[in-house]
Amino acid sequence: MTDISKEAIVPPRSFLSQDAIQVFYRLLAALLICAVLAVLSDSFLSLGNILNVLRQASLTFFIASGLTLVVLTAGLDLSVGANVALSACIAGTVIHKTGSPALGILTGLACGGIVGLLNGVMVTALRIPSFIATYGMLWVLNGLTYWYMAGETLHGFPAGFRQIGSGYLFGLPIPVYLLLVFLGIGTLFAQRTIWGQEIYAIGANPVAARLSGIPVARRLLLVYAVSGTMAGLASIIFLSRLNSAEADIGESLTLPAIAAVLIGGTSLFGGVGTVFGTFIGALILTLVLNGMNLLSVSANWQPLVTGIIVILAVWLDMKTRRRAQ
Amino acid sequence: MSSAAIIAETSSPVPLLELRGISKEFPGVKALDDVSFAVFPGEVHMLLGENGAGKSSLMKVLCGAYRTDAGEFHYKGEQVAINSAADAQKLGIAVIFQEFSLVPHLDIAQNIFLGREPKGRIPGTIDRRKILADAARVLGTIGFEIDPATIVDKLGVAQQQMVEIAKAISQNARILVMDEPTAALSDRETELLFALIARLKADGVSIVYISHRMAEVFALGDRITVLRDGRRIDGVRPADVTPDQLVRMMVGRNVDMTYPRNFADKPGEVLLEVKGLSASTGISDINIEVRRGEIVGLCGLVGSGRSEVARAIFGADPVSSGEIIFDGKAISGEPDLAARRGIALIPESRKSEGLALLRSVGDNLVVSALRKLFPSGLFDQRRAQRTSDGLIRQLRIATPGARQTVGLLSGGNQQKVVIGKWLAAGSKLFIFDEPTRGIDIGAKSEIFALIDRLVAEGAAALMISSEQVEICHVCDRAYVMREGRIAGHLARNELTEENIVRLGMHHA
Repeated sequence: MTDISKEAIVPPRSFLSQDAIQVFYRLLAALLICAVLAVLSDSFLSLGNILNVLRQASLTFFIASGLTLVVLTAGLDLSVGANVALSACIAGTVIHKTGSPALGILTGLACGGIVGLLNGVMVTALRIPSFIATYGMLWVLNGLTYWYMAGETLHGFPAGFRQIGSGYLFGLPIPVYLLLVFLGIGTLFAQRTIWGQEIYAIGANPVAARLSGIPVARRLLLVYAVSGTMAGLASIIFLSRLNSAEADIGESLTLPAIAAVLIGGTSLFGGVGTVFGTFIGALILTLVLNGMNLLSVSANWQPLVTGIIVILAVWLDMKTRRRAQ
Repeated sequence: MSSAAIIAETSSPVPLLELRGISKEFPGVKALDDVSFAVFPGEVHMLLGENGAGKSSLMKVLCGAYRTDAGEFHYKGEQVAINSAADAQKLGIAVIFQEFSLVPHLDIAQNIFLGREPKGRIPGTIDRRKILADAARVLGTIGFEIDPATIVDKLGVAQQQMVEIAKAISQNARILVMDEPTAALSDRETELLFALIARLKADGVSIVYISHRMAEVFALGDRITVLRDGRRIDGVRPADVTPDQLVRMMVGRNVDMTYPRNFADKPGEVLLEVKGLSASTGISDINIEVRRGEIVGLCGLVGSGRSEVARAIFGADPVSSGEIIFDGKAISGEPDLAARRGIALIPESRKSEGLALLRSVGDNLVVSALRKLFPSGLFDQRRAQRTSDGLIRQLRIATPGARQTVGLLSGGNQQKVVIGKWLAAGSKLFIFDEPTRGIDIGAKSEIFALIDRLVAEGAAALMISSEQVEICHVCDRAYVMREGRIAGHLARNELTEENIVRLGMHHA
């Protein structure tokens, strides 16, 4: 064979992958925020506060982790918050009616998963752009939940069930254990399974992915179902932690989850990002809000600060990526 | 023969545009190294060189996209600067790139006059009647008959290129730089283009013409400049050289222009049988048979339905009737099914359909083989790395490593990555859609050697190509398509360019 293809050889990518570099910067940012808060506030480094931050972050993370997979495929799931509300209300009703927390948990997860699957069907079979399909789903779910609850509030659940959201094991809140478990599962799924690899490939170029023999529609169904199921899981934690369910609990959940995904370095254009990054994103978001509380900054400032962090994070990402290319 | 050039030289010794000692460096690469050349009024100046020789860089310098590190420009003897696209346009330089710069959802007329639309009576509006009339006139001068109100998105590649040319001509370009303009044109469109070039020459327009096709170089060129590794190797007249000499200048040594192919005495068993296949994409009643050990050509004009046949077999487009039997069993469904059964598609546009450009070479190489490499479903980075390292070595992919972003490789090496991913998957039938499009001669012959080895080892290939020479040299036999149907079949001994053209022509 001839060897003439010695064309412009471009310098290689650095040895650390881009993903690793992005996560490293984020860890650094999180540590920096911790350091600043530790200096500014005496109560920040207390065990109680740290556990509180982790527990708060875990709630955002559950929703955001499933969402990360959707965003990796260049999609978006705007229905997660509304899904949490509906799943929580249905799971709460089942627990009240049957007295069985196990049955309630299963119903909540199933409800979340089915909603996710329906999103997936709209995106794949009906070819509706994901942000429109899930935006419509948001309204449908809200409508269902308001109709179903009719202004009522469910509250008062068995003590055992309430342990999930507010209990401790060896001094750590149970949601923190769940956080670690799902962080591990999510990372393994995305990085160490062929489905994870296929999801990255779909996000990077869906046409090429299909013509490379990847069952794109089935993988997208899976991704939306997982996102819905994680919303179902979050609904259980909420239900158990708040000991009550109302129709409007989901309204403040979707946007922070998207913020965590973006701060975590996952690109809305797909193909780039990690579940671990989303965890750090959720952590940074929670740390900042926690710090503002500790420093007695008015809560009215929180959305503004969140917005600035999201814009900063995405801008810095794009800058470092452009330099790397 | 090249009377225009002689007139140009005698009557006008001052070049229209002259580049002196142009250099352009990128980190690690000298894209252009002390390149000088002159364009005289009304000549066709052929720019020859392999991919990576510096043609594209030179083009970007000419249109003001790159600023040079060293060198001077002289326009009609006066020193000028080309620092921006506006500078280039002022000097009457227009570049027609292979990747078009058209706005897909605007119509032809709007694209031609983008930013220069005739104003309507109401401020802020466009004089619709005038823009359509003007566009029709420009299109008429290049012999392209089409409604100027057609949305560009609906046009084929060839037609879009015609719009690009029309746009440049409407800007009164004095120097027209064309990058492989016939690569996507049918024979008829090519003829029209050549006729147009002759007309432009007569008007004193100079054309800098980049081509990989030797026949064009001799048919059109008044002067030839050969580039290699960013340097100007020589400037010659077509009458003074032979194709072989030019090829040697381009590659710097003798290259075996004959195509590597060891024809088997007897083909193997039938691997693919297509019976009465029709699809809504415009193909009907397609009957094809491909045996193991064979390379079967699928030729015909651009738009005759060749790619559509390939896509239907691979499951990429739905089939409306007919049967596809692969390896003894009927097959129907999505590409993932076809891929799992052992069919590989190497699509025509590798950037948009073949590769995830932002992902690494390694990621792209294993993407079709995930199930085969990791039957447990668990992905192992080290195993993936070993597989891609092996393929990089086997296919001689010029990359610093498997981690390199695939979009940064040259066209030939990107094509090898697309083929490599199907080698990893262990495919049995390889469907190549224009496998050598935009690839230099060296990489071409490597790719043909690779296809030859594949079929020698029991695989089969169905090869679509607009390069009839390739089909004639490489294929065991070929089907010729015309208007969505198989117009004829040519056995090895009937396989000549003449026969392919005759069957593919509309009035055969």
